Amino acid sequence: MKVLVPLKRVSDPDNANKIKIAGGKIDTTGLEWKPNPFDEYAVETALRLTENGTNPKQRLGEVVVVTFGPKETEMTLRAALATGADRAIRIDAKDEDLDGDLVARALKALVEKEKPDLVLAGKQAVDGDSNQVGQLLAEYLGWPQATFAGTIKSEDDKSLVVGREIDGGTLNVRVTLPAVVTVDLRIVAPKSVTSKHTPATHNYADGVRFAALMAIMAAKKKPLAEVKLADLTTDTALKIKYSAFEPPAARKAGVKVKTVAELVQKLKTEAKVL
Amino acid sequence: MNILVIAELHEDSLRKSTHSAITFAKNVGAPFSILVLGSGADKAAQEAATFGAQKVLVADDASLKDPLAERYAPVVAQVAKAGNFDVVVVTASSYGKDIAPRVAAKLGAGYATDISGVKNDGGKLTFKRPVYAGNAFGYCEVQTPVKVVSVRQSEFAAAEPSGGASPVEKVALPAADPAAARVEFVSLEAAKSERPDLGEAKVIVSGGRALKERFAEVLDPLANLLGAAVGASRAACDAGYAPPELQVGQTGRVVAPQLYFAIGISGAIQHLAGMKGSKNIVAINKDPEAPIFQVADYGLVQDLFTAVPELITELKK
Ligand SMILES: Cc1cc2nc3c(=O)[nH]c(=O)nc-3n(C[C@H](O)[C@H](O)[C@H](O)COP(=O)(O)OP(=O)(O)OC[C@H]3O[C@@H](n4cnc5c(N)ncnc54)[C@H](O)[C@@H]3O)c2cc1C
Repeated sequence: MKVLVPLKRVSDPDNANKIKIAGGKIDTTGLEWKPNPFDEYAVETALRLTENGTNPKQRLGEVVVVTFGPKETEMTLRAALATGADRAIRIDAKDEDLDGDLVARALKALVEKEKPDLVLAGKQAVDGDSNQVGQLLAEYLGWPQATFAGTIKSEDDKSLVVGREIDGGTLNVRVTLPAVVTVDLRIVAPKSVTSKHTPATHNYADGVRFAALMAIMAAKKKPLAEVKLADLTTDTALKIKYSAFEPPAARKAGVKVKTVAELVQKLKTEAKVL
Repeated sequence: MNILVIAELHEDSLRKSTHSAITFAKNVGAPFSILVLGSGADKAAQEAATFGAQKVLVADDASLKDPLAERYAPVVAQVAKAGNFDVVVVTASSYGKDIAPRVAAKLGAGYATDISGVKNDGGKLTFKRPVYAGNAFGYCEVQTPVKVVSVRQSEFAAAEPSGGASPVEKVALPAADPAAARVEFVSLEAAKSERPDLGEAKVIVSGGRALKERFAEVLDPLANLLGAAVGASRAACDAGYAPPELQVGQTGRVVAPQLYFAIGISGAIQHLAGMKGSKNIVAINKDPEAPIFQVADYGLVQDLFTAVPELITELKK
């Protein structure tokens, strides 16, 4: 199976408290960059689907990672290559010149060239929180989608059974490839992804795999291509434009209560919610 | 301007989430119609007809029994086109978030997710939406003539029926999308709970990793007593102490009850993103430095395993 994984770098969400807003714009200077966690999970998922988990060094399929960004985003791609992805593509672009729709349209053109069996994407990027690229891409390609995957079972290379985490439980669907799947958090649990290559008894470590130093060195030699955005789409108009940003309203400082009795009394008489 | 509200159904009735999308339409202040999709959707259509919509449009077909985006989106897009709707709105539930982008792509429309506010300035719509896990709000405009949005249930109070009866019209179904033939409904493992839905609950009792295997044992009696929904942090869900559909946060459910109990929850930004809109927040945590206390209206520094039983006793008094 050949899997394409779009990967975005985002400013470290755990630094997000330090987000600055200057002149109605988000100022990311000084923030650390990290791969979007959901995309890292998508890479991990792609690796699990294209290997025998008991012998992960031997690749049994191809995982191609792709990002949109300036030269320095190649670090994000190299990190994915170091964990096992086979090949990387950087689409040269600046964040502020993109929105979800443009990314999806450019990815469509890339998919038509690369012809993967599966596009595995994170369900959302934790900066814009827009949750749309996977679904848009699926529609542009005319492919089926399975969003918010918590589990994936590959029965063969033609179809996947995906457990979608929806508000009221889990909705299981079978999609015939090629398809787009977007992943949710629990896709990296030890038994969430069951590939036809890996024995059913195998347990993965919880979370994403780390790259060994050797692998980081080796990743420097793996192919990384650069593509111009204009080679994928000539229509680069944005569909969403931001005019301003503001910080959230601060909550008024609360109080500490000393005892449960005091808490209940306050909830009854002060907040009047009981 | 003309708004199309996409209903969300539960069995044969409207989900409360639909009422929030109706409130969005009312806030914009433009005429709206409601599209009801499903199989056996008559009852829901009658219900939808009591909200003051211009029309209730019904797509009722066996192929729409299960909410699959590949089947729903073509219908929504066709209805939106046929009726010349300018704005298509759905609530940002997992249902809405699954379908809306495909609708937008079909319509060549821009899609703004998780809207928490809207301003109509003489027909120019500006949307407010949280970004960076709610650490900032952005004001955006959708540049395309047709706009698709999903709105936060927690930010748009449920509309009340305004009486009257909108005309109900059946709509013709478009030819099936090729993608629809490649996705098959297998099963729904619906969470079974007598409790109110997280999106609708007035009180939520939420627990974190600290509860360990005793999650239900400790929290259920409190939730039962308060008629509350139960929520959880991601860490509690990931560890298997609570089922995944209880997760509250940036990537779980976004809630805004009258009263939110955060019990043994540290208060990571991703959790706060889902519950900061709660009217009153109570935090119980044994660590006085836990970040949750920065947003809690009432903080109690105590071991939860003693505090929660005490709380139950005190409430019963
Ligand atoms: C991409 C991404 C998305 C995420 N999305 C979400 C999300 O949607 N929702 C979410 O919740 N998290 C989310 N997270 C995870 C988040 O960052 C935190 O890891 C998580 O919220 C922590 O959960 P917790 O507070 O239960 O656990 P912990 O951080 O382990 O905190 C447990 C707390 O319990 C307290 N405690 C321990 N024992 C006791 C006791 N006996 N009595 C009282 N207090 C006690 C401790 O002092 C501590 O404050 C996300 C993370 C990522 C990377």
